[in-house]
Amino acid sequence: MASAAETKEALFGPVFNNNPIGLQILGICSALAVTTQMSVALVMCIALTSVTAFSNLFISMIRNVIPSSIRIIVQMTIIASLVIIVDQILGAVAYEISKQLTVFVGLIITNCIVMGRAEAFAMQNPPGISFIDGVGNGLGYSAVLMAVAFIRELFGSGSLFGYQVLALANDGGWYHPVGMLLLPPSAFFIIGLLIWALRVWKTEQVEEPDYEIGGHTALTKPA
Amino acid sequence: MEQYLALFIRAVFIENMALAFFLGMCTFIAISKKIETAIGLGIAVIVVLAITVPVNNLIFAYLLKDGALAWAGLPNVDLSFLGYLSYIGVIAAMVQILEMFLDKFVPALYNALGVFLPLITVNCAILGASLFMVNRDYAFGESVVYGLGAGVGWALAIVMLAGIREKLKYSDIPEGLRGLGITFMTVGLMSLGFMSFGGISL
Repeated sequence: MASAAETKEALFGPVFNNNPIGLQILGICSALAVTTQMSVALVMCIALTSVTAFSNLFISMIRNVIPSSIRIIVQMTIIASLVIIVDQILGAVAYEISKQLTVFVGLIITNCIVMGRAEAFAMQNPPGISFIDGVGNGLGYSAVLMAVAFIRELFGSGSLFGYQVLALANDGGWYHPVGMLLLPPSAFFIIGLLIWALRVWKTEQVEEPDYEIGGHTALTKPA
Repeated sequence: MEQYLALFIRAVFIENMALAFFLGMCTFIAISKKIETAIGLGIAVIVVLAITVPVNNLIFAYLLKDGALAWAGLPNVDLSFLGYLSYIGVIAAMVQILEMFLDKFVPALYNALGVFLPLITVNCAILGASLFMVNRDYAFGESVVYGLGAGVGWALAIVMLAGIREKLKYSDIPEGLRGLGITFMTVGLMSLGFMSFGGISL
């Protein structure tokens, strides 16, 4: 079993230092579409975290017996089976929310976080730490998803988890909801701003510019 | 005919895979720095979508749907829970077959698209289109048109984004926003632009 420090790094590293959405650009497909309500986003987070954790666990368990030429299809099969289980459970216990998630539960299969962790971590590490790594990456994804959903639901419809927090002007209150936040483009803006905020805080994540703007020619060239 | 045309326009513009449903975002952001590569990937996505959506439609209609196995003497069997596993299997297999076919018979095209084909298996837009097709209960003809339209829409979006990013690299962007951040902002503005198609009633 891994040491406590390693476990802590595997669990919390992906939340800030190496966030799968912020730094590795993985798994944003679903991050944007399910964030208009916090309750829907929360269910999506739980679904994704459990699929990532268990797929890491199972793939790590059989990592020594998978022939490397067919490993992708083996990983796919395990992930798809786990997603089917999650989908069936959601349909049984949270039918309304599973209707709202529509195809996005199924799309966990192609979520790059799940495949990426299976390939990059679980294929080289023992089951225990792989499971923790899956939970950690799930939490990193959840942190971004919940932050986006918090902003969109609070300012877009004045509620949190469906409870009215800000009294809407239509019902005699003071808050005029920003309808724009419920539309698709706002999700892109919010994620962009979140990445900006994260990189101002953690400056080592800033990307190198592709092209450096030269000095003014009037100053560099001889007259 | 008119109904198919309406479906095509809707799939390309109003329900654009990338800009309205955020599908295939990972590759969309990662492979959009150059126009040529974006065009290559776009064409590969169109081809794969136009093949996999109709094939998955047939599989759903004749194997998985509730009562679909009546032709085999099993009218009470509902295998729709196996959907995800079958669709992703079909997609992976189709991409593999396409890759081998192109390698053997159309080497020029294989050289252009080759590197993108494996990437496409895990592109959410491909699986997403199949899931939407099942969700909306498209008939076979509609699924062909929808697959093609969804692919064209996605390709259009990535080529446009690549065009913008080629110019964008010359601009002086605040440090934290460089690269990923500004790309998200750009995609947001494009998405806003595409929302104007939402008013079209077909």
